[in-house]
Amino acid sequence: MNIPYVVEEREDTGLINSKLGIWIFLASEVMLFGGLFSAYIFLRMAALPGDFERWASELSVPMATVNTVVLISSSVSMVMAWASLKMKDFSKYKMYLGITIFCSFVFLTIKYFEYSGKFAHDIYPSSNTFMAIYFTLTGLHVLHIIGGLVVMLYFYFPISHKMWDKQPEQFTNRIEVFGLYWHFVDLVWIFLFPVLYLL
Amino acid sequence: MYSNSNNHDHHEENFIQKYIFSVDHKVIGIQYGITSLLFLLFGFSLMAIMRWQLAYPGTEIPIVGFIFGEGGVLASEQYNSLGAMHGTIMIFLGIVPLAVGAFGNYLVPLQIGAVDMAFPKLNAASYWTYFVGGVIMISSFFMPEGAARSGWTSYPPLSVFENGQTIWLISMIFLITSSLLGSMNIIVTIVQLRVPGLTWMRLPLFTWAQFVTSFLLVLAFPPLEAAAVLQLMDRVAGTSFFLPSGLVMSGEIVDIAGGGSPLLWQHLFWFLAHPEVYVLILPALGIVGEILANNTRKPIWGFKSIVYSMVFLGFCSFIVWAHHMFLTGMGQAMSAFFQTTTMIISIPSVVILTSYFLSLWGGSIRFNTPMLFALAFLPMFGIGGLTGLPLGLAASDIYLHDTYYVIGHFHYVVAPGTIFALFAGIYYWFPKITGKRMSETLGKLHFWPSLIFMNGIFMPMFIQGLAGVSRRLADGGVSYAHASGVLQWNEFMSISAFCLGLSQIPFIVNIFMSLFTGEKSDRNPWKSTTIEWDAPSPPLAHVNFDSKITVHRTAYEYSVPGAKEDFIPQTES
Amino acid sequence: MSDNHDTASMQDHVRVYLMVFGALGVLTVVTVLASYLKLSTSEGIFLALIIASVKASLVLGYFMHLITERKMIIWILVMTVFFFFVMIFLPLISNIDHAGNPTQWWKVL
Ligand SMILES: [Cu+2]
Repeated sequence: MNIPYVVEEREDTGLINSKLGIWIFLASEVMLFGGLFSAYIFLRMAALPGDFERWASELSVPMATVNTVVLISSSVSMVMAWASLKMKDFSKYKMYLGITIFCSFVFLTIKYFEYSGKFAHDIYPSSNTFMAIYFTLTGLHVLHIIGGLVVMLYFYFPISHKMWDKQPEQFTNRIEVFGLYWHFVDLVWIFLFPVLYLL
Repeated sequence: MYSNSNNHDHHEENFIQKYIFSVDHKVIGIQYGITSLLFLLFGFSLMAIMRWQLAYPGTEIPIVGFIFGEGGVLASEQYNSLGAMHGTIMIFLGIVPLAVGAFGNYLVPLQIGAVDMAFPKLNAASYWTYFVGGVIMISSFFMPEGAARSGWTSYPPLSVFENGQTIWLISMIFLITSSLLGSMNIIVTIVQLRVPGLTWMRLPLFTWAQFVTSFLLVLAFPPLEAAAVLQLMDRVAGTSFFLPSGLVMSGEIVDIAGGGSPLLWQHLFWFLAHPEVYVLILPALGIVGEILANNTRKPIWGFKSIVYSMVFLGFCSFIVWAHHMFLTGMGQAMSAFFQTTTMIISIPSVVILTSYFLSLWGGSIRFNTPMLFALAFLPMFGIGGLTGLPLGLAASDIYLHDTYYVIGHFHYVVAPGTIFALFAGIYYWFPKITGKRMSETLGKLHFWPSLIFMNGIFMPMFIQGLAGVSRRLADGGVSYAHASGVLQWNEFMSISAFCLGLSQIPFIVNIFMSLFTGEKSDRNPWKSTTIEWDAPSPPLAHVNFDSKITVHRTAYEYSVPGAKEDFIPQTES
Repeated sequence: MSDNHDTASMQDHVRVYLMVFGALGVLTVVTVLASYLKLSTSEGIFLALIIASVKASLVLGYFMHLITERKMIIWILVMTVFFFFVMIFLPLISNIDHAGNPTQWWKVL
């Protein structure tokens, strides 16, 4: 069985299957996070004036700023990993992917300290609707990071490299498609950061 | 399909690869089909128990009464469980997987001349996610808390405190994920894998319907997933997303942070659940379109307007949802807005239905079983749709809301509507799937009683609803004086329901009999034009077609003047 | 992106990626600093969302190659964004309408 347009683009749409697939998946992710953002606005308007701001000030802006920079770096190294493959430089690809993996570990570690800091101060999702939506949104985002991390580790270790030897183009496409997902995770954080920490 | 299990001992591994964890869209389609039909049967049995309770409140349930504890009498909580699970199973485990999972998976690649879906492994993953979700849902019956009992709509605050809901939510997350994966796959398949010459306007109606449906699933389901996560947080982590401050339960203020809103759930839920209505009906409309064109031997009247209407329907279905919420105290401005959009969305439905009726005009109709079901679909869906209008108008909805009228309305759309279309589809494509014809006699024996008893169940619901009988009452309304005049219908409806169950026996017999002893079918038993009939019956494993497919014409070229036969296949140059 | 990039044009791309990286970093600092300004809540929300949208457009446009992407994907995203806003704002407006203030919902935003 040979499914067409896995590597080469279909003429009339100009797309390969996986790229269209990932964008549709990301569209559904937009609606998933959209539902939660909608909940955020809904709850914020129902809350007493100033309540959300007061609870938001419990969060650590420096930690989140560092995390923002970490995630942006991981995004840039992801796109560099793909560009290295495009330039047929596999060792550079491994280096950049390694940086991306490292960044996501740093992100998770900082997030862990953030969460445990909150729990240490007896702040839980049940404390308040702000904390509830904070933990839900960031928790779901963290799940996306962990999911991405699993895939990246797969691409980092040799089991996946056979494909690079046999079908380098398909391998490059896979990295590009995964990169789209990873940038989207970064994108969500770009909105989560001001909405939860700064407003 | 499963008949060569005799060489099962020789190729143990092979059997599993071939029939269990297969990546072939046809096998996955059949897996979806069998699983969802079993769920439909199960959901039906739950309803039969409820109907017994409504007709003869407080008496012993026959046959299965021993499950329900002492005396075999159904407790109110158990009635609530059955109601919630009936709705959930029928919609999320029965009809959607049958219409999109089974029919979509099996037929979309065939109708566009593709070898498989775009992502075969993802396709298998989608089925198994659905399967796991289904098992979790059913397992909730055996959990100490019992099955969910807050209705399929799961409105908070009730659902946050009522037993069984946690399992329901976890299962829903699986089912939603499965739908997302499946519909993503269908969209990519339709966009990317059409054979040369198959332009958008040459796509058959069924494929068009699946295309729009998949977009609805991709964009409308995630908000419900978000809502399910929030409700899960409310139950497990003690948050108050849907719980207002100062909530009082059994006379005491509940110990929660508060600050949430039950309306938030309703918005997120109905943002999915209205498009869901079109997820249920669009594939049905697609199937009926195929069968009408084939059996009237005429091109579908107004093909393009039907396609545009489907797209418009899909688009509009995202901006009408709050017509389910007129009674939440919404002001006039927004009521007027949603009432208007609701009236607008009825236009494309009417366009499609009218086109189908006009397609019958002047046709030499072949009254075979698929056609009978498709023909019955038209007025039944018509009744369902038209009775929806009073519910979409804010003023009349205030009276009719949450009465049996609503139940009658949406069951007319889904039961004698969608399910009849799905039956039609099964009869129509059975020869393609198995290579055997189904028995016409048994088919008619299935159709006529089903049609009569469907109406026997749902027509009196309008009478009861107009008299003001509320839905979801465990005793069917005995305790309400205003219901006393119409309660005698309960027995009639219940007997109709039991008879409807019995009328499915010819169908089940027909499937097994045809499978083993049925007359062999050739490639194109109905003399149809669309591409799936160019494949052998059953289509070849993994590659479907035994010749190269190129498309030269539109989907329904029947009775073309001057042609030597009364149909010209799409592949004929 | 078409696949006939030679290494030289890829290196141009890389230069753009690094510039975008720099811009994202700067904008992150700006948005944090802006939150210390004495702005009213609605001005603060407006400013923060503007900056976030600029950052998002940079990621979408350059890292995710949307500026050179095919029409079909753009249309799918446009539709998604439309429904996204429907989902965010219609519940909000109807909720304000619950409070009996149907004609002045925008004042609350
Ligand atoms: Cu609706």
